[in-house]
Amino acid sequence: MSAALRVLAAGPSSTLQDGGRIGYQRFGVSAAGAFDPLYLAAANALVGNPPKTGAVEMTLMGDTYAIATGSARLAVSGDFGLQIDGTPAEPWRSYRLVRGQKLKIGMAKKGARGYFAVEGGFAVAPTLGSISTHARTGIGGLDGGKLKKDDLLPLARDQASERAESRLDPARMLARGQTLRVLLGPQDDYFTDAGRATLFASEYAITREADRMGYRLDGPKIEHAKGFDIVSDGMPLGAVQIPGTGMPILLLVDRQSAGGYPKIGVVIGPDVAALAQMRPGEKIRFSPIEAEAAAEAARAFGREIAQLKDKLVPA
Amino acid sequence: MTVAKPKILQAGDAALVVEFGTAIDAALNDIVHRLDAAIAEARIPGLVEAVPTYRSILVLFDPLIATAADIAKACLALAETLDATEAKPGRRWIVPVAFGGALGEDLSYVAEKTGLSEKDVVALHCRTDYRVYMLGFAPGFPYMGTLPEALRLPRRENPRLAVPAGSVIQGGQQSAIMPMVMPSGWHILGRTPVRLMDQRRAEPFLLAPGDIVRFEAIDAAELPSLEVRAEAGELIARRSDAP
Repeated sequence: MSAALRVLAAGPSSTLQDGGRIGYQRFGVSAAGAFDPLYLAAANALVGNPPKTGAVEMTLMGDTYAIATGSARLAVSGDFGLQIDGTPAEPWRSYRLVRGQKLKIGMAKKGARGYFAVEGGFAVAPTLGSISTHARTGIGGLDGGKLKKDDLLPLARDQASERAESRLDPARMLARGQTLRVLLGPQDDYFTDAGRATLFASEYAITREADRMGYRLDGPKIEHAKGFDIVSDGMPLGAVQIPGTGMPILLLVDRQSAGGYPKIGVVIGPDVAALAQMRPGEKIRFSPIEAEAAAEAARAFGREIAQLKDKLVPA
Repeated sequence: MTVAKPKILQAGDAALVVEFGTAIDAALNDIVHRLDAAIAEARIPGLVEAVPTYRSILVLFDPLIATAADIAKACLALAETLDATEAKPGRRWIVPVAFGGALGEDLSYVAEKTGLSEKDVVALHCRTDYRVYMLGFAPGFPYMGTLPEALRLPRRENPRLAVPAGSVIQGGQQSAIMPMVMPSGWHILGRTPVRLMDQRRAEPFLLAPGDIVRFEAIDAAELPSLEVRAEAGELIARRSDAP
């Protein structure tokens, strides 16, 4: 019999996420997937999983689990407060828990998102090729929605393997700043020179309307040159969309597959991942990047994820 | 037919846009779908996914495998070959709809504003070939066009927060079917039992970009039994071309 976890208490927006749903945006299905692929990969590395294995993504507040059957090796990435059976425990470290033991994942002390991974992954049937949850349209996860109290999460393994526990020093991971690198396009020609200059010269605050679908920003208005209606086209991850208000909206993992406002630029993937750790009220800036440098940054991010397993140390 | 050379637009470190134009136009959209089909067949290394829209294709790629320049070059080369390609006709679907009454609460409004009778509004909808220009907004949601001039109206001033699944709607020059309960400012004309997405089917999505849809008016009394059959997994929509 395979092991299972019982959700004793669920955080406000905890969802199963993996590398995302590939190939269905043409049918209007959002990609979803982990908002921070680096932290997802880190939690997975700690329990010996491949980087994109599905895990629980937690936002600001974690969940409480009990091992319902079997045993499990588990780990949390992100600076969350942890307790195992009432005793303080640490994120960025793996643990082996047996039936009856409880893991409580509390508040995020800094950053905004963390991942709870189990060795071997969750035994949840994929929907359209992925277990990623898109709660708005009820696709993926256990039943299309966020985790809730009393959910039973089946695990792929029935017992944790015999191996030593490991630890990862988050200080050894890629440093991240508050400046997001933006490649202009596809509709940068819909903005005046002044509009483009404003984007790169100003500070923007993340408003309270900030979730997996998008972050609405507040700051100086970006000036359009020829209206703000386009015939809908595809929406890349990280698109900086400027509606009629002139206030940028960053389109993120749960975005719709197409949209009808012009996109002045696109935040590069590694910096979208960094944005996952930023909260409402935080200030961000944008800096321009050229295509070649963007490609190099993407490759560096890929190397960082691939090399996480080499940074593990014995716990 | 001469195909205009598309523009390549930057769209971040893992995507680019192949853009043929900026309008809603059947001929333009046809070229988009032809290039989309060519891209699907070409199996370009590093290409992750292509998202065809009215007038462009968003091409997603893995920056660890390919560069934007590689992908752009491959797409432009395929676009050059389109001149010689026959357009593959989209599948033709007949979709039964119970128009008006409680299931199509805006039919009388549309009739009033267009100066037509309800019967004429229904008849016009049922003799139009609606092309699926693209899917978006929600899983399986088809942006279809184009509406006969006589039927075109602005959207509702006040969008409804919950339009029922299966609602057949019109907005501006477009028609659509709601795959699930969602907000919408379009006018509700009727209800179809057809499910646009059913994960039990081998092909979960009924409609693909480039397909043609014809509405067929049915009596509201027929709807409940058709809905039971759809619930049981039957397609309900029929192909009118040879499948």
